[in-house]
Amino acid sequence: MFESPTASSSGNASIFTRLHLDGTLLLLLITVAGLGLLTLYSASGESLPTVIAQAQRMALGLAAMVIIAQCPPEWFRTLAPWAFLAGTAMLVAVPVLGESSKGAQRWLDLGVVRFQPAEIMKFAVPLTLAAFLHNRALPPRFLHVLVCAALLGIPTVLIARQPDLGTSLLVACAGAFALYFAGLRWRWIFGLAGLAAAAAPLLWFNMHAYQKQRVLTLLNPASDPIGAGYHITQSKIAIGSGGWFGKGWLKGTQARLDFLPEANTDFIFAVYAEEAGLAGVLLLLSLYVLIVARGLFIAVRGQDTFARLVVGSLSLTFFVYVFVNIGMVAGLLPVVGVPLPLMSFGGTSMVTLLASFGLIMSIHTHRRLLAT
Amino acid sequence: MDLSATLKNTEGEKRQFFWRVMIASAGILVLVSILIGRLAQLQAVQHDYFVTRADDNRMRLKIVAGVRGLIHDRNGVLLAQNLPAYRLELTPEQIPDLDDTLQRLGELVHIGEHDIARYKERTRRSPPFQSSALRLRLDPTEVARLEVDRLNFPGVAVTAGLTRSYPLGSSAAHVVGYVGGITAADLDRTPNREDYRGATHIGKTGIERQYESLLHGAPGSKLVEANAAGRSLRELEYTRPTPGRDLVLSIDALLQTAIETEFAGRRGAAVALEVATGEVLALVSLPTYDPHLFVDGISHKNYGELINDADQPLFNRATQGRYPPGSTVKPFMALAGLEHDTVATHTKIHCPGFFQLPDKERKHRDWKRRGHGHVDLNRAIAESCDVYFYDLAHRLGIDHIHAFLAKFGLGESTGLDLPGEGSGLLPSREWKRATRNESWFPGETVNVGIGQGFLGTTPMQLAQITARLALRGRGYRPHLLRATRDALKGTTEARKSQQLEPVSLRAPSDWAAVHQAMVAVVHAAYGTARRVGLDSGFEIAGKTGTAQVSGLSQEDDEAPQLEDVPEQLRDHSLFIAYAPADAPRVAVAVIVEHSGSGSAVAAPIARRILDLALRTPDV
Repeated sequence: MFESPTASSSGNASIFTRLHLDGTLLLLLITVAGLGLLTLYSASGESLPTVIAQAQRMALGLAAMVIIAQCPPEWFRTLAPWAFLAGTAMLVAVPVLGESSKGAQRWLDLGVVRFQPAEIMKFAVPLTLAAFLHNRALPPRFLHVLVCAALLGIPTVLIARQPDLGTSLLVACAGAFALYFAGLRWRWIFGLAGLAAAAAPLLWFNMHAYQKQRVLTLLNPASDPIGAGYHITQSKIAIGSGGWFGKGWLKGTQARLDFLPEANTDFIFAVYAEEAGLAGVLLLLSLYVLIVARGLFIAVRGQDTFARLVVGSLSLTFFVYVFVNIGMVAGLLPVVGVPLPLMSFGGTSMVTLLASFGLIMSIHTHRRLLAT
Repeated sequence: MDLSATLKNTEGEKRQFFWRVMIASAGILVLVSILIGRLAQLQAVQHDYFVTRADDNRMRLKIVAGVRGLIHDRNGVLLAQNLPAYRLELTPEQIPDLDDTLQRLGELVHIGEHDIARYKERTRRSPPFQSSALRLRLDPTEVARLEVDRLNFPGVAVTAGLTRSYPLGSSAAHVVGYVGGITAADLDRTPNREDYRGATHIGKTGIERQYESLLHGAPGSKLVEANAAGRSLRELEYTRPTPGRDLVLSIDALLQTAIETEFAGRRGAAVALEVATGEVLALVSLPTYDPHLFVDGISHKNYGELINDADQPLFNRATQGRYPPGSTVKPFMALAGLEHDTVATHTKIHCPGFFQLPDKERKHRDWKRRGHGHVDLNRAIAESCDVYFYDLAHRLGIDHIHAFLAKFGLGESTGLDLPGEGSGLLPSREWKRATRNESWFPGETVNVGIGQGFLGTTPMQLAQITARLALRGRGYRPHLLRATRDALKGTTEARKSQQLEPVSLRAPSDWAAVHQAMVAVVHAAYGTARRVGLDSGFEIAGKTGTAQVSGLSQEDDEAPQLEDVPEQLRDHSLFIAYAPADAPRVAVAVIVEHSGSGSAVAAPIARRILDLALRTPDV
């Protein structure tokens, strides 16, 4: 299952290997992104400019992936702490210098590009943790766990205060996965899980009103039929009315008649489910699972600690994106602004995700003859 | 730190990592299974439910009202039609701020308080995303102003629709009636409530109300696909509305308007019947009103003026007014007397100019102070001798009078197909006991004998009993609806006349005696209405009547001059007639309020009606 049909893992003659790319991943990623473009065409009301814009971002992301894949993994290990420091500094700067959008301060304008520093942390946190644990004995000792907890906690809290609960949880996940793969002892994992459960009420009281509303709405969408509940209700109608085989491409009424909000972005899965049905949903989930599985396979084959922790953590984080988005759209999880990887309209998500796969490919293809 | 590096156990670490990946993979499979379970629940298990929800979202049923049936007179003249009109319609769901929109609209077109009140009423009754009318008839300037500013008014639309119009205006308004905005009370009395989805108007009075169920038709519907903003994108299904049936009335519009003109501004009523069928050829009540005032909802000011008008223009005098019939009742009294052998055709009675009941001081005066001398039945009717009928009524008694007049249908409505017809008043001992708790006095019978006292008739009843006289007891239920027509198929369905139980006499020759007396009224040298009979091209059988409104002239020795009496106390002028006398076709009853003697005012109008009605051979 994990054997690539196009690029032999032992291959020294493969064109992909020479380009430092993984054929399996590349094929899966392009397939999902292609499905995304088709769905976007329908969701946007057959707006070709929207699809072209997204295709350009996809091309940009693929370029970033290819470039990153050429770089030796050691570079990232070296750069990670600096990226972490820079990212943290910018997170601190956001409340002072940042721009507001939709009631939350997330954007930082650096003159050339306008971006969300939180995005950097999605990479910087797991990479820094992996770099820190790279030369340490594993499972990590208590002191090292404490350091990791600090490296993970500081940006999480900073992002949560923006407020961007969704991203902060994803950043926390990415770091936690690195620790998990580093062999963090189960008693600590369960202990932390217990602590988190105990801290849940604390979290609740520190949440903004709209965040609380989203959780409440999840539990009972009918309580708020025209506000936040409208999103979930309309999304469930879109998905459910798709049935086994869907209404057909370009024939989804919920999205195309504007009943489904955010159809291009966070709720694009509902559009896909409406038009492709349960059969299409199973295909898409299979593709996502294959991507994660290929990632974990590459992680297992990783030659050093850094490689294994980074690839394992990035792969699991990718899965979390998928799970949180679909869970939200299907009414299982509260509405948090997590795009569906490779499908949702938006540049940041597309480029950063493909870049992260560039990193995975870099690690996979820069193999030393002797593993350490 | 180097210590930890030296202690690094690469193989153990790889093995541990492998297991962690396996555990993570198991977790992933569990979470993916949860997602698949959830999606299968939505897409497979609850699929039908969500399909319904999705269809409810996108499909909107729009009601298309059926076109209201037209109303024609017997010759095809339009009495009620539908004219195109521009409506101002608002869809509440698409209007961000209703008060602001109404205020800004008010700067472009006239919007009154009652417009807003009615709009809110309509909105309450209409389903979501259905527009409701704020104004029903915009003039072209207003339409132009709105079109120019259209973009500033989301949810506001000017739509073309139909509005009810009455080409003859106030003429025959009491017959045709009018439509008005539907109220909750209107819906409650409607049997086919479903048919009023999307409807704005309903018949309020007259034929419009009487035959509402025929005229209204049934709404159709349009199933459209709409987007979230409520805009219709395409039509999915269309069910044709059923137009209401067109009505053909028995009214002759030319005759109707001619009679109205003939009244020359005087108040009163006139009814012309086709005797052979009971069809109403004309039904006039004056003064009348403009039915258009009610179609779009009447303003408080206009309604107040109509209601407080001393002449009561809204009141249908012809079917609801209760007038003493005066001397027009004498032919019927004569028949009653003959039937009960109270009088014989040739019995003569001396008329000294007054009548006294035995042992009573009070003198019941004849209209002719000197008296008529010796009169038989023919002269008594033709000269309208009061004393003859005082005596006849006294000897006949109220019980026989009541029973005999009831056979002709007095005391109850004629069954005319118009709402709210009155029944007049045919007094009896029982009636007086029940309503006044008094016994009947002989003097009251004497008054009834000349159509005064408690006796009250509607002009409709007078026309009807005249028609039955013309047919010698036979009769038909008077009606206005002649036929109905299916506007789509072009098929016509005639209404059959309904024959009434005939009045039969022991001696049918009595009919002839009274008939001859009535011909004498118009054509004999001694007849009270001889002036109208002078140059008529056909023989007329008629009877004048001068109904006293006040009791003055009966008690006083001196008959006051007409001009000296305040108008509201002057006598009503009445005339009943049928013609041609030998083969009666038309019966008429005319009453002109407070205008003096029947021969002077009502008889010429009746003559004119007969001239017009008999001129056309078709009648």
